[in-house]
Amino acid sequence: MSYQVDEKGFYGEFGGAFIPELLYPNIEELQENYLKIEKSEEFQTEFHQLLKDYVGRPTPLFLAKRLSAKYGGEIWLKREDLCHTGAHKINNTVGQIILAQKLGKKRIIAETGAGQHGVATATVCALKGLKCIVYMGEKDIERQAPNVARMKMLGAEVRPAMSGSKTLKDATNEAMRDWINNPEDTHYIIGSVVGPHPYPDMVARYQSIISKEIKEQMQGLPDYVIACVGGGSNAMGAFYHFLDDPSVKLIGVEAAGLGIDTDKTAATLTLGTPGVLHASRSIMMQDKDGQVIEPHSISAGLDYPGIGPAHAWLKVSDRAQYMAVTDADALKAAVECSRLEGIIPALETAHAFSVLKDLDLKPTDRVVINLSGRGDKDMDTYMRELKLNEL
Amino acid sequence: MQNNLTQLFSSKPKNLLNIFFTAGYPKLEDTTVILKALEEAKVDLVEIGIPFSDPLADGPTIQESSKIALENGMSIEKLFTQLESYREENPEADTPILLMGYLNPVMQFGLDKFCARCASVGVDGLIVPDLPMFIYEHEFKATFEKHNISNVFLVTPQTSEKRIREIDANSTGFIYAVSSASTTGSKADFSAAADYLGKLRDMDLKTPVLTGFNIKNNQNFKDACSFVDGAIIGSEFIRQIAETTDLKQTVASFVKEIKK
Ligand SMILES: Cc1ncc(COP(=O)(O)O)c(C=O)c1O
Repeated sequence: MSYQVDEKGFYGEFGGAFIPELLYPNIEELQENYLKIEKSEEFQTEFHQLLKDYVGRPTPLFLAKRLSAKYGGEIWLKREDLCHTGAHKINNTVGQIILAQKLGKKRIIAETGAGQHGVATATVCALKGLKCIVYMGEKDIERQAPNVARMKMLGAEVRPAMSGSKTLKDATNEAMRDWINNPEDTHYIIGSVVGPHPYPDMVARYQSIISKEIKEQMQGLPDYVIACVGGGSNAMGAFYHFLDDPSVKLIGVEAAGLGIDTDKTAATLTLGTPGVLHASRSIMMQDKDGQVIEPHSISAGLDYPGIGPAHAWLKVSDRAQYMAVTDADALKAAVECSRLEGIIPALETAHAFSVLKDLDLKPTDRVVINLSGRGDKDMDTYMRELKLNEL
Repeated sequence: MQNNLTQLFSSKPKNLLNIFFTAGYPKLEDTTVILKALEEAKVDLVEIGIPFSDPLADGPTIQESSKIALENGMSIEKLFTQLESYREENPEADTPILLMGYLNPVMQFGLDKFCARCASVGVDGLIVPDLPMFIYEHEFKATFEKHNISNVFLVTPQTSEKRIREIDANSTGFIYAVSSASTTGSKADFSAAADYLGKLRDMDLKTPVLTGFNIKNNQNFKDACSFVDGAIIGSEFIRQIAETTDLKQTVASFVKEIKK
C-alpha cells in the first residue's frame, strides 16, 4: 500500500486539484516545479542551512520522565516548540519561501488560524525582503492577539476575514481569492497539508524533517507517534518517515470542541464525510446539502472543518488512528504538561497530550509526542479558562 | 444533442446578454419572480447561482447574496422544486437556463440525480467553477451527455492557447471568458481585456464565447460584444435587485438599459 501521493495528485480517492480555472496556471507551475526545485542541490543547501542556523534544527527529542512515570511508558517529546517563532510551521515556510524566490514571485500571501503560520510566513518574508499579506479570521485576530502583533512587528499586513465563522476556513477562502486576483506575481504559502495538489505533498515534504530527525535521534523505532491535527501538517511531518514501518502506531488527535455529540466541534475525521473543500477532495464536516459546517475548537489552529487528504487516506486505509479530545481535556493536559515537565504547550499541542490517559501503555512502550508549538500565544485563553489570576 | 442552449447558438447570434443571479435571493421565493421578469425582458440566457457556504471564486457581492440565500433556506432540492413550478406555470418559456454551482453541493446531491433533475426542469447547462477539465472528462462527461446537459468552462487571460483549444474541444455550451483574472465583481478596467478578447475572437473557436465578471453598464456590454458573442452580468445585477422594492420593474429597466 502506498501512502504517498500518486502522479495525478491523489492519495487513494482523496486529494486532487479542484481549482477554478483562474488558478490553473499557478497550480500547473507549482505542480511542474515543486519536485524539481526541491531536489536541486541549491534548494537543499539553502533549506538545510536555514533550518540549522535560522530555525535552530535539529530540535531535541526529550525524554519526559515525570510524564513517563505517570503513564507507564517511555514518553519522548519532539521539541518543535523550540523552533524559531515557536512552532513547527516555520519548517514549511522556509521551504516555500525558497521555492517562491526560485519561481520569481514578489508577493507572498498566507492564511492563518492560530497565527503561528502567519508569524512563520511574516518571518521568512522579512528574511527575504518580500511583501507579505496574511489573512486571518476576525475571531482569531481577537483570540491570538500576541501573534497579530508579531506579524505586524515583522512588517506583514494582517487582513481580517469577516465571512462565515471568521476563522481559519474563511481566512483560507480570502487567501485563495487574493491569489485569483493576483495570479502573476504572488505565491500563496498554504500553512498545512491542505489545498490543491501539490500543496499537501509539498508541505508534507518540508515538514518531514520532523520524523527524519526522530528516526535519527531514537535508537530503533518508537511504538507510538502522536500529534495533533488541524489541517494535519505537524502530524504528517511526524508520521512521514514511519508510514512504511507498520509496527509504529500513528495517532492523530483532532479537536472535539465541546464534544463530538454536540454541534460545537472540529472533529473532522470522526464526524465528517467525503467532499471537496479548499480545492481538494477529503473528509469534511458538512450538512446533508453539502454546505460546510462551521467548526468549533478552543484552539484556533484546530478550528477547521476539513483535513489534509493524506490523513483521510491514512484513516480509510487504517494506517493511522484518529482520536478526538475536548476543549476541557486539552486544557487539563496543558496544565499537566506544564507542571510535570516545565513546558507550556500550545493549545493545539495540548490535545495530543490528552490521549496519553487512553493508551494503556506497557512499561516498554516508547511514545513520541510531537510538541508542535509553545503556549505563549495562548496565555490569554489559559488565564481566562484556568482562572490563573485567581491562583 | 439539442437543448434550448444549443438551439440558441445554432443560428450564431451576437450581442447575447446573460444575466446571473443567486437562487433564493433577496427572498427565498424570488427565484422564479426574477426568472420570469428576465424572460419577459427577453434576455438571451439566464444563469442561476446555487448558493454555497464557501464560494471561493466569488467576490463580496455574490458571497453576500449566497449567504443570505442560505439563511433564507435555499438548497438544490428547493431550487428544483421552484423550477418545476416555474415550468408548470410558464410552459412557453424557452430562454436557456444554466445553473452555476460549486462542486461539493452537487456531489452530495448526487451527480446523476442532479443532472437528471436538471434535464427534467429544463436546465440546459452547468457551470461548476471548481470542476477541473480533467476530472470532468474522466468522471462527469458521460453523465452530462446522458442527460443532454451542456458544460461551460472558464478561460482567463492567463490561459494558454493550447489549453483554450482543449477547452474548446470539450465544451458543448459556451466558453466563459473572464475578462481579467479575478473573482466575480472585481473592479478591473475593461479596456485591459481588449487584447485578450481580441485574441479569443481571432482564434476562431467552435464554441461561442461570452465574457463576464466585470460588465456593469451599456458601454461595457457593447465593448464586450464588439469582440465576442455576448456578455454575462452578475454582481451589478445583484446589487440592483438587492435595493429595489419592485423586483419586476427593476429587472425590466436594467435589461432595457443594458441592451439599448
Ligand atoms: C502549535 C500548532 N500545532 C498545530 C497546529 C495545527 O496545524 P497542523 O495540523 O497543520 O499541524 C497549529 C496551527 O496553527 C499550531 O500553531
